[in-house]
Amino acid sequence: MTAAVLEPVDGAGTRDRVLDLAQRYGVYAALVVLIAVATAMNSDFMSVSNWRVQLFQVAPTVLVALGMALVIGTEGVDLSVGATIALAASIIPLYIGYGPAPAIVLALLLGAAAGLVGGAMVAFAGVQPIVATLSLMIGLRGLAELMNGAAAKPVEDPSILDLGEHGIAGVPVMAWIALAATGAVAYTVRRTTFGRQLVAIGDNKRASLLAGLPVRRVLVTVYVLSGILAALAGVLIVGHGAEADPANQGLNMELSAITAVVVGGTPLSGGRVRVLGTVAGAMFMQLASAVLIQHNVPTSTTQIVEAVLICLAVYVSRERGTR
Amino acid sequence: MSVRTPETMAPVPAPQPRSGSEGRAETQRERWIRRAERRGPLVVLVAVCAVATIASPSDASWPDVSTILGNNAFVWLLALGMTFVITTGGIDLSVGSLYALGGVLAARGATSSPWLAIVLPLVVCAAWGAVQGLLVAYGGMAPFIVTLAGLLGARGLLQALTNQGSTTYLVPAGSWFRHLGEGTWVPVGIVAVLFAIGWVLMERTGYGATLTAIGGNQDSAVLLGLPVARAKVLVYLLSGTLAGAAGALGGARLGSGVTTIGVGYELTAIAAVVIGGTLLTGGYGTIGGTVCGVLLLAVIHHLIDRYLSQYGSAMTDAVNGAFLAVVVLAQALLERSRRR
Amino acid sequence: MPTRPDETDPSVPPEAGAPTGAPAALEAREVVKSFGGVHALRGADLLVRPGEVHALMGENGAGKSTLIKLLTGVYRPDDGVIALHGTERAFRTPLEAQAAGISTIYQEVNLVPMMSVARNLFLGREPRRRGLVDVRAMNRMSGEILERYGVRVDVTAPVHTLGLGARQMVALARAVRLDAKVVIMDEPTSSLEPREVQTLFGVIRTLREQGASVVFVSHRLDELYEICDRVTVLRDGRTVHTGAMAELPRTELVALMLGRALLAAHDGRVTAFAPDKAQRQAAPDDEALGELLPAARRKWGRGKDRDRQAGGPGGPGGPGGPALSISGLTDRHRLRGVSLDVEPGEVVGLGGLLGAGRSETAQAVIGARPATGAVKVGGKEIRRRSPQAAVRAGIAMLAEDRKADGVIPGLSVRENIVLAALPRLSRAGIVSTARQDRIVEFFMTRLRIKASSPAQLVQDLSGGNQQKVLLARWMCLNPRVLLLDEPTRGIDVGAKAEVQTIIDQLAAEGIGVLLISSELDELIEGSDRVVVLHTGSVAARLDGDEVTAPNLMRALAGEGSDSGAEAGLEAGLEAGLEAGLEFLEPPQTAEEGAS
Repeated sequence: MTAAVLEPVDGAGTRDRVLDLAQRYGVYAALVVLIAVATAMNSDFMSVSNWRVQLFQVAPTVLVALGMALVIGTEGVDLSVGATIALAASIIPLYIGYGPAPAIVLALLLGAAAGLVGGAMVAFAGVQPIVATLSLMIGLRGLAELMNGAAAKPVEDPSILDLGEHGIAGVPVMAWIALAATGAVAYTVRRTTFGRQLVAIGDNKRASLLAGLPVRRVLVTVYVLSGILAALAGVLIVGHGAEADPANQGLNMELSAITAVVVGGTPLSGGRVRVLGTVAGAMFMQLASAVLIQHNVPTSTTQIVEAVLICLAVYVSRERGTR
Repeated sequence: MSVRTPETMAPVPAPQPRSGSEGRAETQRERWIRRAERRGPLVVLVAVCAVATIASPSDASWPDVSTILGNNAFVWLLALGMTFVITTGGIDLSVGSLYALGGVLAARGATSSPWLAIVLPLVVCAAWGAVQGLLVAYGGMAPFIVTLAGLLGARGLLQALTNQGSTTYLVPAGSWFRHLGEGTWVPVGIVAVLFAIGWVLMERTGYGATLTAIGGNQDSAVLLGLPVARAKVLVYLLSGTLAGAAGALGGARLGSGVTTIGVGYELTAIAAVVIGGTLLTGGYGTIGGTVCGVLLLAVIHHLIDRYLSQYGSAMTDAVNGAFLAVVVLAQALLERSRRR
Repeated sequence: MPTRPDETDPSVPPEAGAPTGAPAALEAREVVKSFGGVHALRGADLLVRPGEVHALMGENGAGKSTLIKLLTGVYRPDDGVIALHGTERAFRTPLEAQAAGISTIYQEVNLVPMMSVARNLFLGREPRRRGLVDVRAMNRMSGEILERYGVRVDVTAPVHTLGLGARQMVALARAVRLDAKVVIMDEPTSSLEPREVQTLFGVIRTLREQGASVVFVSHRLDELYEICDRVTVLRDGRTVHTGAMAELPRTELVALMLGRALLAAHDGRVTAFAPDKAQRQAAPDDEALGELLPAARRKWGRGKDRDRQAGGPGGPGGPGGPALSISGLTDRHRLRGVSLDVEPGEVVGLGGLLGAGRSETAQAVIGARPATGAVKVGGKEIRRRSPQAAVRAGIAMLAEDRKADGVIPGLSVRENIVLAALPRLSRAGIVSTARQDRIVEFFMTRLRIKASSPAQLVQDLSGGNQQKVLLARWMCLNPRVLLLDEPTRGIDVGAKAEVQTIIDQLAAEGIGVLLISSELDELIEGSDRVVVLHTGSVAARLDGDEVTAPNLMRALAGEGSDSGAEAGLEAGLEAGLEAGLEFLEPPQTAEEGAS
């Protein structure tokens, strides 16, 4: 007899159903409500200029959060994304002499390499993801600063600046890129072998292993993808700010990404990836803090509000059971 | 930090004990590996110190113990609290923010009275930890997220208390509170005493056994009637209090409540705990190991400062990161070979 | 003949233990409990007198576990009364039950793995000195206590370093130390060696002398007849019999547990396997599967043009040799040179006692467990074994523990079925939903998987249906070899029969099946031949007519055991009677099996 101490769920009661709906669609509802309330308080909120600003700020987070969602889907976590951004940022000024394309490609490759190291530690050596990516988080930022020097370096390459500043049809290029990435990741999760295997592995790694799934390959790939997306975000951040500043760029990005993923309804225990939810989560956190700032609410309150939102999101989406 | 899925609705007949797998007695080889794992951190610490001693020129100031130890011994208290939390299988990401909060509260309190400088941070951070503990134990929420939110919220509170970082409280120069943080041996002494108490708590009390049981086999702990939920709340309260105390003492040392510190301290604490041999998944915690981990990081930090300071803090980070990676890799591979 | 517990009936002779009239130590009266519409208990009774050892018996699903959980405070009854020493009690938590004097030993050993033996023993009740835990006293006392249990280990070592039997004794020692008036033991001997079982019985006898009561839940008839005074039998959530143990013949006990109707349905046979192996029939829609998975089919050369003779049961292997050929499989701890062959279309039963190495063999074959030795599929050796390599070579394994190793709970039925075959159902990495849906529908129909739709989450299915989903997963791969580890364990009778029929069909289609089962009937009635393992190596190979109950039991007991011969036979009988108790001796040897 298993020593189970849980009272079994006596059928899905209304409370459970409501919570389930809340977990699935809560973030969208919250987003809509937030936009409605914000517009009611300030009609300029829906203005094109405001939306441009919001999109500029949220696009890198969306990219990183997409990668983080994949990693979390395998019951892992990637704390190194912020450092990867710094790494990508540091490489740009060093290789921009060869042209923007090679520099960008190199940055993405570095991101992939960082992910490869982390993924290999997790998949082949069995190191806990939090510690493996923690070591990268510490080490890579140091490496980035060593390569770049402590001071921020200006970047003037027009192509890169275009990526960061320009728009197509009024929408920033960054946002288009984030949109494309969202589509690609969503499709990957839902319709590709890799995506389905990823979800299965996150849900029950042992069973997936015995079913002949390429567990190690999938795990490594997931961290590599996270690294590439982070590096891409780094490139965009560099373009937007017109400088490479590894000491400061990407700082706390891992927290924002994890927040977006969690608020978006993806459980930390793996086995389910809500791609659109993650994007909505990122948008929600961004807009929430933007609204608070626009109303001159001090940063402290913003931070506290963020904390409460995270707790709420997790409370709603938690598995109904003990640890 | 996984969360178990709910039992299915119909009662499932018990799975029979799995034949073989983990059911056999330990072999000699496994015993050796297990002993190596336990002694590992101490051995590495001794080895690093030995190598550093041999490699350093004769007139150098190695071992500059007072620098190594005294530089910021208070931060080690974060690792002490973290050890307990990780032993239960949880994690506390808020301790860095609570450290900063503790410092600010202490400075603020010191302007009124030295006693307030001690009490205020302890009470507030204890309460903060307790709330986190309640959410984890009774709300069933994952510690990672709860304490992540705590990290953000505490920093928000910190900002609020200091007018968005613009106010810096100063500890009055004549206050005896300052003495708690001065020099090398008073801080080290305080920290050592607290670690010793922590060791007793972990190894010689029922509470320590309860924490280990929670991390090792929570169902069993519940069935035995151990106060699991209460123990969990207390462990986060403990972690928060230690973080607040550390921050307060750090504030005493600095003489002011700095609002920008503490960022990332929780990660260093986790690193120290993990290096020391405590299992991240819970069920085994070693205070002695954390001491080794903390000292190891301090020694390495010092060595980098001495020999590689021309490369700046970036090199420190890079080396720390590499060091941590190597250590956890070694641990994981050792464990893997033990299982084979 | 269901009887109700009746203390005042003068025709019932006085039982061992307290005189009639004393309040019952533990009682459950007409207890009802259901979980979301499934009735686990529909009015069960139990009366345990002070100073008696009481057997609680019933098949899987009869309600034993639920009753135990109600008595120990894990659940609360929907209706009915639970009384301790005559007083009605309602335990809200296990702690309350424990504090009231009910001590429980669970089948799953509940120790904290990395804590020392001594600490585990005293967890929650550590000896104190000046307020702190007195480790020296704790270690000393642990050593003494365990000595009495015949266990001599380093009490400061973590408990996970002990063998399973020793761990069970530690858990026992911990539970019994309490000042318990009632001790409930749930399958306490499942991991014990005969010597340890006797030690346990000594403890039980001591408890009885002290006036405590013991509720003993087990499948092992010999043990129960040896140690228990009275017995209560549950079936379908109700008590169908209560009385003295000595007065209930074995066959009657088994009949009570199974219910007469069930026996009749099988003509005296116990399983749904085809009586005549040559008459195994492939499923009628076998050809349709060929269209769904054309590529794989061509690979294995199935179909009308295949030489059925070569692939028939017991025949020589088709082109390339036996479907599966294992030689010299040895691992570090358990397997010591296991070798066997499985021909296409043949069912080879793999028998053995707990710990003999059956599951380990299967795990080693697919590469989930490192081992030396060779594994060949169709004559071709798998060089670097891993689950992936096994799947590619055409081996599929149905794991013993479907919850941990089989089912992906959060995914749908559809996703679980196609899981292993995903690469074959995709083009350029993209899954083809059309092909996927066709395959899923095919298997859900053929295997009669009861689910509201293919999209239903598999965790909501019953055990039997989950098992069928897993079978479908492997069948999707159109494997050459199928390793089945306890395929009918823990599923209801109907599903059991269906699974057994499916196994026959698979064999008829030419798949080589290795059937691991603890139920003697399944081995006897389902296999063409049986290989018996004993402590990691092959002890016996029984072919065709040699596959009989007595032969099997002798083989299970192992060879070369001198003083252990009798105990070995006993153990063999126990193994045969585990988990299901569908073994009935053929009439002419009614007394032969009983030792």
